[in-house]
Amino acid sequence: MKVPEEKQYALVPAEGTGRINDKIASDLARFVCLLAVSLPDDVKKRLSEMALGETSDGAKKNYECMLENLRLAKGLKRPLCQDTGIPCFYIKAGSGFPYVGDVEAAVKKAAADAFLLVPLRPNAVDPYTGKNTGNNEGTCSPYIDWEIVPGDGLEITVYLMGGGSSLPGFAAVLTPGEGLEKAKQLIIEKILEKGVNACPPLIAGVGIGPSADIAAKLSKKALLRPLDSDLAEVGDAELAKELFDKLNGLEIGPGGLGGRESMIGVNVISGVRHPATFAVALSTGCWATRRGVIRFDKELNVSSPDHGDFV
Amino acid sequence: MEYHLKTPVDKETVRKLKAGDTVYITGRMVTLRDEGHARFLAEGGAKGVDLNGAVLYHCGPIIQEKDGMRTVVSAGPTTSMRLERYEPEFIEKTGISVIVGKGGMGSATGEVCVKYGCVHGIYPGGCAVSAAMKIKRVEGVIWEDLGMPEAMWLLEVEDFGPVTVNIDAVGGDLMKEKQSERLAKV
Repeated sequence: MKVPEEKQYALVPAEGTGRINDKIASDLARFVCLLAVSLPDDVKKRLSEMALGETSDGAKKNYECMLENLRLAKGLKRPLCQDTGIPCFYIKAGSGFPYVGDVEAAVKKAAADAFLLVPLRPNAVDPYTGKNTGNNEGTCSPYIDWEIVPGDGLEITVYLMGGGSSLPGFAAVLTPGEGLEKAKQLIIEKILEKGVNACPPLIAGVGIGPSADIAAKLSKKALLRPLDSDLAEVGDAELAKELFDKLNGLEIGPGGLGGRESMIGVNVISGVRHPATFAVALSTGCWATRRGVIRFDKELNVSSPDHGDFV
Repeated sequence: MEYHLKTPVDKETVRKLKAGDTVYITGRMVTLRDEGHARFLAEGGAKGVDLNGAVLYHCGPIIQEKDGMRTVVSAGPTTSMRLERYEPEFIEKTGISVIVGKGGMGSATGEVCVKYGCVHGIYPGGCAVSAAMKIKRVEGVIWEDLGMPEAMWLLEVEDFGPVTVNIDAVGGDLMKEKQSERLAKV
């Protein structure tokens, strides 16, 4: 498939130094490759525990298939799910990180290299013509989100964002009168309507804020947090627990065919709302949520807190 | 009950399958997703492909080409519900016998399955490498211009499963049943 020339910009950084930092790019490409074939440690651990808790033959058989698939994918270095998603990079760069100007070009290089190396599936589709660009590149793909924080290191949360698992996502701006109760109702309805088909057990990230975009951004942040995160606000922790208990009680089970649990986890992040609005958003991940955090220190030593086998 | 089916699957066999049964498929499976369904219906079929009694797989695989040989790297099911808008007409026009995907489908597909003799089954979602291991060969591809996920891939499979029968040809619908149980709890 030919890609129009104006869209082949991924290897040409729009800003920054223009250098492709080989160390960052190659470590990151290796990390994306690992992400496509294995799950984060916390999700793997939770799935194994959930499998042990099942009693029905159907659910047990389903978990066996999932865990066998994980073993095969890792062993054969093949994408554990064929939907390797839109590659998303959430960058948190220390303002003192010495190579901050190199990061964007390195990310694009890493995404392009991983596409060929794993291989990943071409998933970037023009919204008007329906044309697949054929190489996962296009406007907003790879998706790059920037945050500058105090410090001298670099942390990138990588997410291979699948389509089926994104289908239940939504954002809604409610009135304060509708507020939290309506927000909870919408989330449960959406998981019931679309979550059952999105490869459960699921991870849900919920965001609350003054507008649709802020709530949506917070919901994705919540989704990508470690499962056992301490939630900053007492209200967030309470809401996460309430939603977890309610959704888990629906006994959606693996594949939606019934089982003792529905959810791998629920995370909530709230910001303030406006006196006139109550915005809520939901981001969902499937049992095969391919999320990973990679960290570079200022000497470019690399580590990952959620992929212990990344060296 | 467990069944080992060979393609094409005759309607007599299809009507024996009940929601909750497990099936394994040997023979040919044809992949189609949203764009492929839309084009199939718009063009009245795909040249040289007879889908009577065939097995349709809701899947957009990863295919690797090396030295002119195409192999399936990873090929789990995609969300079947997206295809609900096309499937009743598709079943009626083609005479397919088995659909494999993930999640449930709508009542229109259920009605047409009873009328024409077709079942919808669920392969464990996300288990894409396990699925790829059961695919022995890529026989061909049609409409490659739709892109790798949306093209129609003709695949030779051996003992492809476990596929859990979800919608059967006698009115059974496993996911709908489970969904009613859940709705009763809300």
